Amino acid sequence: MLTIATGNKAVAAAVKAAKPGVVAAYPITPQTEIVEQIAEYVTDGDLESQYIPVESEHSAMAACIGASAGGVRTFTATSSHGLLYMHEMVHWAAGARLPIVMANVNRALGPGWNTWAEHSDAFSQRDTGWLQVFVGTVQEAYDATLMAFKIAEDERVLLPVMVNLDGFALSHIMQALETVDLGDFLPPYHLPHAIDTENPCVYGPMTGPADYFRFRWDIERSMRDARGVIAEVEREFAERFGRSYGPTEDYRCEDADVVVIAMGTLGKEAEVAVDRLRDEGIKAGSMRLRWFRPFPDLDLAGREVVVIDRDYSFGFGGVVAHSIRSKTGVVPYSVIAGLGGQEVTYNDIADFVRNRHPGTETWFGVSDHV
Amino acid sequence: MPGTECLRYVLKAAGPDSVLVVPACCTSVIQGIYPGTAMNVPVYNIAFAAAAACASGMSNAFCALGKETNVIVYAGDGGTVDIGIQALSGAFERGTNFLYICYDNEAYGNTGMQRSGSTPLGARTTTTPGGKPTGKKDLDRIVEAHNPPYMATACSAYPLDLYKKVKKALSIEGPKFIHILAPCPPGWRYPTEKTVEMGKLAVKTGTWILYEREYGKLTISGPSKAAMKRPAPLSDYINGQGRFKNLSPEVMDEMRQQVERNIQRLSREEAGVC
Repeated sequence: MLTIATGNKAVAAAVKAAKPGVVAAYPITPQTEIVEQIAEYVTDGDLESQYIPVESEHSAMAACIGASAGGVRTFTATSSHGLLYMHEMVHWAAGARLPIVMANVNRALGPGWNTWAEHSDAFSQRDTGWLQVFVGTVQEAYDATLMAFKIAEDERVLLPVMVNLDGFALSHIMQALETVDLGDFLPPYHLPHAIDTENPCVYGPMTGPADYFRFRWDIERSMRDARGVIAEVEREFAERFGRSYGPTEDYRCEDADVVVIAMGTLGKEAEVAVDRLRDEGIKAGSMRLRWFRPFPDLDLAGREVVVIDRDYSFGFGGVVAHSIRSKTGVVPYSVIAGLGGQEVTYNDIADFVRNRHPGTETWFGVSDHV
Repeated sequence: MPGTECLRYVLKAAGPDSVLVVPACCTSVIQGIYPGTAMNVPVYNIAFAAAAACASGMSNAFCALGKETNVIVYAGDGGTVDIGIQALSGAFERGTNFLYICYDNEAYGNTGMQRSGSTPLGARTTTTPGGKPTGKKDLDRIVEAHNPPYMATACSAYPLDLYKKVKKALSIEGPKFIHILAPCPPGWRYPTEKTVEMGKLAVKTGTWILYEREYGKLTISGPSKAAMKRPAPLSDYINGQGRFKNLSPEVMDEMRQQVERNIQRLSREEAGVC
């Protein structure tokens, strides 16, 4: 069905279609619309879920862990400080191999209070064992949420998935949304290690170094296998519903001399910048990085690269720029932009490309090249 | 270990269709090391602050699946009165169908006896080497403020009383709470063979009062009825424990007054004079 919706409403609609047994959530700006909409679905009988209005995000993830292990599909949504507050349980969910799906509406971190878009919240969780996907449109927020359940619950993965969408810039923006009739795209929830009193097991007891180390390796092995599972699920989704996705969304990259790499809504903005630059005769392309964990293999050989980071690792550098550099060997021009919701237009992005200095870093509007 | 003894009676009463949710506490250790286990029911180990919330999700999942499995949190005092109190309060306020059991040895025993909010006035722990300057947090009145359908106190020295209370709790829908006093030989510094005696002295001196509160109505349990009328001298309980060594007369007096106040408050309430 074709409709218009905000990014938040699109996520809620996907959750309704996925029919989780339990949704546990705590409200935080700019995620609130997701949990409000789901509460409304449950109250109106449009979604038969147990809705747990927990007293904190730490408890939201703990409740999802208990519910997922208890044998039902589970969803939560958060943002920024909420994500940081649940950090301990974010690690726990992955370590317990639970296919929880969480929408994270990317937002800056205090102080000072700032509710606008930034990716530092999600990146602070990058080593937890969660799969992380970043979306750029309302439609993609819906599609990625649906696919997240299927990817997470695949027995080759059994790891939680975080669907990231930019606060306000996408969460509150209205765009066209085509909802789908899921059919049997999502199989019934089946967790091989679900709690069963007929077959009592102990979960997460004291564990010696040898077993513990093996469990960590199992997480990494599944993370590697997840690349193939993601590709399979995205292919099946394209076949069933006609919209295809990959680890990156490439725009005019085939013959590009310079490629802009950004994430989320800035990655969509970059496509407009690319058109502008092409008009000037600059052979530019845009590569919007969708999957951040597992990090995809990228082919950037022979190209100049401009990376826009809406985040920063203090004392080190832009997280995406350094990831690209370490994974591909390409030394990019690193632009730090959009922190705390700073406005970054396609004209600005075109300027980043025009004025690029590979091997240096600049803080847009704040510092010169450093 | 009293916490373990109590767990035997809890599980005997609960039966096999039960799941234990265990935050960091002595029970995290005594269940055994992976892949072995000493337990015959599923045990879900969870982070320190998260037991009640995890149980909340599990209880709702079982409800969604139409299962009537008992969800029981088995947590120490640190995981309950301190770091876990927010999740506990939330789960009770939401009316979660589960049983929360706190076995209370009045300190962080698993990490070597540091003070907790449940440590009583004057008790020496590794972080209150001069004796705790403030009193024990009254967890039961905090839980009571949530108006649960059932709550009770118990003591490891009265296993039959505990067994009956667990049975009754699990027959009631909604959030239930049982607070067990579990004396700890190394932490309280008394010989292990005096563990039952120590628990009985806690009750006989009126330091620990056994009761049930069903839908708000208080009933003092048998062993405490006599104790509240003619409590044994507090020194019988205090003098046998190394943690209370060299208490000042002022602290001893304050402890006596606290015991007296509790006895009077609960007696009046049971008699309907509030």
